[in-house]
Amino acid sequence: MTDPAPLRLHVPEPTGRPGHPTDFSYLHLAPAGAVRRPPLDVAPADTADLSYALVRVLDDEGHATGPWAPQVDTEFLRRGLRAMMKTRIYDARMLMAQRQKKISFYMQCLGEEAIAVAQAMALQQGDMCFPTYRQQGLLLARDDVDMVEMICQLMSNERDPLKGRQLPVMYSMKRAGFFSISGNLATQFIQAVGWAMASAIRGDTRIASGWIGDGATAESDFHTALTFAHVYRAPVILNVVNNQWAISTFQTIAGGEATTFAARGVGCGLASLRVDGNDFLAVYAASCWAAERARSNLGPTLIEWITYRAGAHSTSDDPSRYRPADDWQRFPLGDPVARLKQHLIDLGAWSDAEHEAVHKELEAQVVAAQKQAEQYGLLSNGHIPSAASMFEDVYRDMPSHLRRQRDELLGNTP
Amino acid sequence: MNARDRDVGENALNASGAQGATRRMTMVQALRSAMDVMLERDPNVVVFGQDVGYFGGVFRVTEGLQAKYGTSRVFDAPISEGGIVGAAVGMGAYGLRPVVEIQFADYFYPASDQIVSEAARLRYRSAGDFTAPLTIRMPCGGGIYGGQTHSQSPEALFIHVSGLRTVMPSNPYDAKGLLIASIENDDPVIFLEPKRLYNGPFDGHHDKPVVPWSQHALGEVPEGYYTVPLESASVFRPGRALSVITYGTMVFVCEAAAREAGIDAEIIDLRSLWPLDLDTIVASVRKTGRCMVVHEATRTGGFGGELMALIQEHCFYHLEAPIERVTGWDTPYPHAQEWAYFPGPARVAQAMMRVVQAV
Repeated sequence: MTDPAPLRLHVPEPTGRPGHPTDFSYLHLAPAGAVRRPPLDVAPADTADLSYALVRVLDDEGHATGPWAPQVDTEFLRRGLRAMMKTRIYDARMLMAQRQKKISFYMQCLGEEAIAVAQAMALQQGDMCFPTYRQQGLLLARDDVDMVEMICQLMSNERDPLKGRQLPVMYSMKRAGFFSISGNLATQFIQAVGWAMASAIRGDTRIASGWIGDGATAESDFHTALTFAHVYRAPVILNVVNNQWAISTFQTIAGGEATTFAARGVGCGLASLRVDGNDFLAVYAASCWAAERARSNLGPTLIEWITYRAGAHSTSDDPSRYRPADDWQRFPLGDPVARLKQHLIDLGAWSDAEHEAVHKELEAQVVAAQKQAEQYGLLSNGHIPSAASMFEDVYRDMPSHLRRQRDELLGNTP
Repeated sequence: MNARDRDVGENALNASGAQGATRRMTMVQALRSAMDVMLERDPNVVVFGQDVGYFGGVFRVTEGLQAKYGTSRVFDAPISEGGIVGAAVGMGAYGLRPVVEIQFADYFYPASDQIVSEAARLRYRSAGDFTAPLTIRMPCGGGIYGGQTHSQSPEALFIHVSGLRTVMPSNPYDAKGLLIASIENDDPVIFLEPKRLYNGPFDGHHDKPVVPWSQHALGEVPEGYYTVPLESASVFRPGRALSVITYGTMVFVCEAAAREAGIDAEIIDLRSLWPLDLDTIVASVRKTGRCMVVHEATRTGGFGGELMALIQEHCFYHLEAPIERVTGWDTPYPHAQEWAYFPGPARVAQAMMRVVQAV
């Protein structure tokens, strides 16, 4: 008998690193239009193939094709493109404001705009999203959200609706269906399921939408959410935004090698889809499918969105240290803004000139909102919520020990 | 109207203010009655946890509630404390008032992130946009040969967290009134139930039979709605020789120790551990000039140290003796050596003697 070979620990590596380009064949792409669209009441186990496939509507020429192509008019698509452009411009301006030290910290969603924007347009008033810090598109897609209020949060100024307590981008806006962002990853995923269960308990018609990144799916809250969603058939959409990178770790470190994140859903008894997240039409169609299932008591849907985190993780991160600098340019699913623009031009409902004009108009809106927000102060110039206000909202009514500590801070100690 | 206005029993010993019929209840029955009352009164109250639905909980606290209120109001949950509390946070954000059971306090650790980072801070981080009005029930404490995973008293871990309320009743009357007040409270409440007190006022004499609640005045519980306000301690036994600051199982142990040592101790049952009723403590210590702190939980970094610090800050010039503390030892809770670990009446009485005799 020969000696057994020594055991080896497998530590996954991305196919690309700085200096050598990524081999994107690991994405296992399918052509646009090739993936079937099952009935809403499909048995979760019968979505196993869809959890390894890739739902796509827009092909490389910008044509919408296949069973997932949604029936939408061009005005709807123009609104979607505007919202994505607005999100990208907002991010660019806020990133600049961070570099100018007007904001202490920022996180952009560059390259991922289609996912939040198209799903926001698929949801209804009263539905509740439990987002991560990269779904600002959920807010910016809405006409009833004031950018000035958002920027005041970023600036931690006297009009910051969160009273200076949260890092920039950790918005909370209940009236816009946007749950308070935690910063501790994955916690919101099971909370989304709980909210959806509550809606079902009360016989409501509203649904929830939970969000998580590929990296945080390794947290127990992800698996717990899948279990609870399945057990109670919760009316919830569970979104995994697979943007390939969790700070510096590639999605294989979270468990994406030789399988998919969507496939986890099938194993837990959830209908599951893997979808081109850079394809506005595919995101809208899959979101509508999942929302209608939830609203029809057919239960939860897990959707893995394939996209690419085009920017740094945050303003504290330097991705050139761990991935090829031209990765996004080479990413096979392209740029969601450019792809919808191409589609609208193909339909004769958009033009380069209009694109340029709308870009300028939106940029002017963002600049004006930033100027107005700056009037209410910046963290760096000290126009921030009062120090004494830090003792508020710890409890609904301030207990005596906090009143004493507040007095101590203010120098009112007897 | 706040909880204080609704209080019908300022002192747990004086239940006469309660309205309506009363009946003798164990602490288990009193807790069940509290949930029954709130499920009836408020359609936003839901009850869930491991084994709490059809079966009614391993300690029978939710027995019969699913049959009465249906499976969408009272239901079983997967074995996932993080999931139970995480789902409850989401339900609270929706507008429900979930009452969840962690089967043993020893099992709460997988839910730590949802309790500490989420429930406790949701109001704060969203500046009141969202709140987490949940009540997390958990049986705690030893005395049932439960070993190191069924005996812990983790209250200090919760007290350390800004934004949580931590409550521990010592008798059926308080248990029901405090649980109703906790469910109605808009802050997240950790509701610790000393499991050794479920069926009677256990005084630490484990070798003797326990008097059942049916033979104790505090087992007389109103059948309907009432509250015992949070942040309100009870002078459980008035006295002049020293102040004993305690809660939960140790209330009756301290009462037995005082009786057996012949010491006129004033026993303060904190009921709400945090935020707490400092005024009642301070008034008592300033009166007696002597003080000890007793809890079943481990000593180092325990709540007793915080109580001693507060008493020192507020009562130093009234103290005539060093403050003593009697606690569980700084070891895991052992199985076979349970009664050597448990701070029973003999240890408490010895400490009382030292405090009273110190000059």
